[in-house]
Amino acid sequence: MQDNQPATDALTTPEEKQYSYLNLGPTHPATHGIFQNVLKMDGEIIMDAEPTVGYIHRAFEKLAERRPFYQITPITDRLNYCSSPINNMGWHMTVEKLLGIEIPKRVQYMRVIIMELARMADHIICNTIIGQDTGATTGFLYLFQMRERIYEIYEEICGARLTTNVGRIGGLERDFSPKCWNLIEKFIVDFPIKFSEFTSLLERNRIFMDRTINCGPISAERALNYSFSGPNLRAAGVDYDVRVMTPYSSYEEFDFVIPVGTNGDTYDRFMVRQEEMWQSLSIIKQAIEKIKKEPAGVYSAKVPEYCLPPKEEVYNDMEALIYHFKIVMGETEIPKGEVYHCVEGGNGELGFYLISDGGRTPFRLQFRRPCFIYYQAYPEMIKGSMLSDAVITMSSMNVIAGELDA
Amino acid sequence: MEGSAQEKTIGILKEKYEDQILHIDTPYDFLTVSLKAEKIIEIIQHLYHHPEGKFQYLTTLCGIHYPDLQQIAVMYQLHSLTTNNRVRLKVFLPEANPVVPTLTPVFSAANWLERETYDFFGVVFEGHPNLKRILNVEDMIIFPMRKEYPLEDQTREDKNDSMFGRD
Repeated sequence: MQDNQPATDALTTPEEKQYSYLNLGPTHPATHGIFQNVLKMDGEIIMDAEPTVGYIHRAFEKLAERRPFYQITPITDRLNYCSSPINNMGWHMTVEKLLGIEIPKRVQYMRVIIMELARMADHIICNTIIGQDTGATTGFLYLFQMRERIYEIYEEICGARLTTNVGRIGGLERDFSPKCWNLIEKFIVDFPIKFSEFTSLLERNRIFMDRTINCGPISAERALNYSFSGPNLRAAGVDYDVRVMTPYSSYEEFDFVIPVGTNGDTYDRFMVRQEEMWQSLSIIKQAIEKIKKEPAGVYSAKVPEYCLPPKEEVYNDMEALIYHFKIVMGETEIPKGEVYHCVEGGNGELGFYLISDGGRTPFRLQFRRPCFIYYQAYPEMIKGSMLSDAVITMSSMNVIAGELDA
Repeated sequence: MEGSAQEKTIGILKEKYEDQILHIDTPYDFLTVSLKAEKIIEIIQHLYHHPEGKFQYLTTLCGIHYPDLQQIAVMYQLHSLTTNNRVRLKVFLPEANPVVPTLTPVFSAANWLERETYDFFGVVFEGHPNLKRILNVEDMIIFPMRKEYPLEDQTREDKNDSMFGRD
């Protein structure tokens, strides 16, 4: 407006606009991880943002070039640590693709159960945090009980909770215990009750809707151009889900719906995740039914040269000892080749691009980390919005620092 | 079905850029095409706009160092969401001076991926709007993912890993 006035009076001369700069992060409670955004602010309006990443870079790709295949699983845990089992499974499946290992159906269904539990845990964190950031702490506390129950199931499966290192190349390290099945059965019964409470708190809550609708929107075209994937892409209205497009671990046998949004705003991202949790629950139920029809006790493919044998066999059985030695000392044959395998991670297409030169370790391993790719759209999404909107946009994007920085 | 889809993709490439193709391979049923570097962006644009190709999703982009060939490859992996086809394109650049035009005008997603490739391999993407290090510290002077840089400090004497197959 000032520009239109004639610059006759010195007092009315348009001055250069003054902006203030604000550091959001690296250690800010609202960023949920260690990354920095330098915001250029006009009052409370964000004019521009410059994200800085790399604060917890641990050189995973370089590390992987010096580690035998089975030792890379713990590295993948630390990518998206909210859904580590999916990363573990994705990595195992990549190596199995390279080695050409056929996995028994029962093991595939067991993996599906673990992966869907992980997806639910991931979405629980993300959605309750959106609630938390909009001021609704209650939902966060309600639903975290259910995440705790999922972590108890992990504990029963592999002994760990956060960085799970679950499974082996060629299957799982042990069968699900009766206690584990019990926990899963109980979880399936209890989850809908607790989740409905959470749903009724937020989904049609006027305050929450006013706060999140049209907050940090992105169009389908821009989202695709930025290579969005996972719930963020689906919230923008593109029904791309790796589980359907390139099925793995027998996902093609399951009956589930891919929820899509329309605006790609925070509310849509929230709602897509909400619906995905219901779908995950249904997939787990279907998997349990399918497992009942498979021969009991199978938890691994018969590939002793790649799959670490159980410890009791190593101590008592000559053959198991030999295989254990060969695997640990890296004397197994690995074919040369290039594979790409992707899984639907908690926040998008998690890909593993593996080049093997026949050696003990990968020649090159690249992780396609969904957050790293879609987080670069963040400045575009928050331009022109308020600071408080930027905070919930970030939490709704499900950016995990571990995956961002690899 | 898979085979014919891949042949179709090869056909689209050969339509205009047959002279640019160096090598075609399908390791693990994944179409991989090695190309000359100079026209790579044109080729990707051709795949992007082609009515039967529509490779409009950049899945990933990364560098690969081949010390034996003294080359650094840049790998582009494209995905067509309409036909559910994937293709991997590779260009090989000399190790001493790896320069390739930027893909950012076609895909916004290429921005950080190219910065990452620059950061770790030193590949210079000409025309990139903000080509600087992304994950490493800015005053780093090496490109750490190149094979000549070992993971561990070579001057250490307290570790002997030779019996574990590590050199």
